[in-house]
Amino acid sequence: MMRIKTPKKGRIKREFEKRAPKLVETGKKTLILHGTKTSSVLNSVLTEIYHLKKDDSVKYSRKNDNIRPFESGGETSLEFFSLKTDCSLFVFGSHSKKRPNNLVIGRTYDHHIYDLIEVGVENFRSMGSFSYDKKLAPQIGSKPFFAFIGEAFESVDELKHLKEILLDLFRGEVVTNLNLAGLDRVYLCTALSPNRIFFSHCALRLKKSGTVVPRMELVEVGPSMDMVVRRHRNPDDSLRKEAMKTAPELKKKKEKNVVKDAIQGKIGKIYIPDQKVGSVPLANKAKGVKRERREAKMKGEGQKPTQKKQKQDAE
Amino acid sequence: MAESQYEVDLGNLMAFDPHHQFVSPPSSREEVVKEAIEQGTKLVQAIADALFSLPSTEDLDGPIVKLPAPTTKLPRAKPLPKPRPPTKWELFAEKKGIQKRKKEKLVFDEQTGTWKRRHGYDRVNDDNDIPIIEAKSTDEPGTDPFAERRKEKKSKVEKQEKNRLQNLKQAAKAGALPSHVQLAATALPITGSQAMPKKVSKDELQNVAGMAAISTASGGKFDKKLPGEKPPKHEKKYRKFLPAVEGSGMGALEKQQTEKVLNQLISKNSHEILNVEKAVNMYNVKREKKQRKQGGQLSTSSKLKANKKSFKKSSKKGSSNKGKSK
Repeated sequence: MMRIKTPKKGRIKREFEKRAPKLVETGKKTLILHGTKTSSVLNSVLTEIYHLKKDDSVKYSRKNDNIRPFESGGETSLEFFSLKTDCSLFVFGSHSKKRPNNLVIGRTYDHHIYDLIEVGVENFRSMGSFSYDKKLAPQIGSKPFFAFIGEAFESVDELKHLKEILLDLFRGEVVTNLNLAGLDRVYLCTALSPNRIFFSHCALRLKKSGTVVPRMELVEVGPSMDMVVRRHRNPDDSLRKEAMKTAPELKKKKEKNVVKDAIQGKIGKIYIPDQKVGSVPLANKAKGVKRERREAKMKGEGQKPTQKKQKQDAE
Repeated sequence: MAESQYEVDLGNLMAFDPHHQFVSPPSSREEVVKEAIEQGTKLVQAIADALFSLPSTEDLDGPIVKLPAPTTKLPRAKPLPKPRPPTKWELFAEKKGIQKRKKEKLVFDEQTGTWKRRHGYDRVNDDNDIPIIEAKSTDEPGTDPFAERRKEKKSKVEKQEKNRLQNLKQAAKAGALPSHVQLAATALPITGSQAMPKKVSKDELQNVAGMAAISTASGGKFDKKLPGEKPPKHEKKYRKFLPAVEGSGMGALEKQQTEKVLNQLISKNSHEILNVEKAVNMYNVKREKKQRKQGGQLSTSSKLKANKKSFKKSSKKGSSNKGKSK
């Protein structure tokens, strides 16, 4: 016999409900972890990414010697950690002679690796090395601006991929209501060459401009670094199609025959079917015909004898 | 216009300048940063222009705008939840056109003349509150009406639990089990649609340990047993030897076996198992061949018949042939 098991405590039940798949997803959580060896640069990169995303990320501080995201079999424990912490984004740091200061950023779908991109970190400047007015320091969890500069983000496949991943990593939750007073940070990504970008985090200073729109001024607050793309793996086409699905209820049905005009407002088109004035006979209710004859005709129409089919001679 | 050359995704507060190129290769790091920030400011200004032109409502903390949906599509983290299949009752209610309706939580209790909860502790028509049940003529002597009521109630609860399990099983089949419910045969998914890796049971562990133990040169025969370790299970068949001495029962087994073999050998040459039908057929075929060689006509009447072929069939054939030929 099967048994129904439900959590005894409400807290656990709520936790399960939080983790269940939803029609409209809330923000993705990020898992930050590292391999056997990390350099001091990479340590601070990981810590600062954690600081940037402190509200929705988990940082592991132990060595992981069996995680190699690009190799088959090396993703098992990563996928398990993703399952355990309910994170669907991960940043994995490793340092080796072949690939110094290596950062693997990836996403998971249903706790299986969805896509991966590997970047090398160069010219890293930490938050501490910037001096700025501390009043400008961005708040934790504020909605960031993104600025991507350079045509390589469109033409080069790797950078296009990196752009999407960086956007997914830092954008936070999708919101509908935004407080304009809370805008205080910008992520700035500039393509320097087909495989190198300059990534920087800036604070925003809103200045009076005399109009409704304030004048924006960027103040670099760090971290800033160069990312050199090394390896990358795109998602499977079938998996991609599956992951891009949106809730069917949310799709807006296309409104037919309604146009919105700037001057006239809402305009509707009405179609009237062809009236076939020439071909359709008029109802036979002419008053000129005698009543009996008219009734007889109506009756006759109701029970018209069907024509018998003639037998066909086979010969 | 500056706006037109940038791609702005207002839902993500993202702007993208696909046209920018460094005029000359930047010589120093400072130049790169300066140029990037300069370009970034333009882009952010472009987003801000679009953002501040949205209709806003004034709040205590600041102006609040409604953002449009993001245009850059990003993948989901988990698959879409599947719809729960209708329960048996829901199917029945739909068929009969039964509508759902809300019931009040408080109900007037006529026994006590107060308002009481419909369910739970201190509810209306509680079985525990009834001090006396009037005897009926149909009552059997020796039965406790209170115990009977309790039993009835218990069976109702059990039935409901059974129905619930059935419906949950159906939901599990469709992959739409509620996230906090687990059917004991399956492990509880922590998150998403994946189940937690199963814990290895004691029996399974013992089996594995047993397998490891017999993978030595002696097949585990001379290995030291650990305290509490059971001898490995014998998986193969045991060899059996026939008794050396003749007798009845098991003793006659050898005789039976040899007889069986002998019978088979003899029967190959025996005439008792002559297949008459096959023999006749062979005879017929041979004869036909002979006749063909001689060039003689084939007469059906001279054919020997192996089994009773119905005359009807042959006559039919004849008639149909007739019709066709004419």
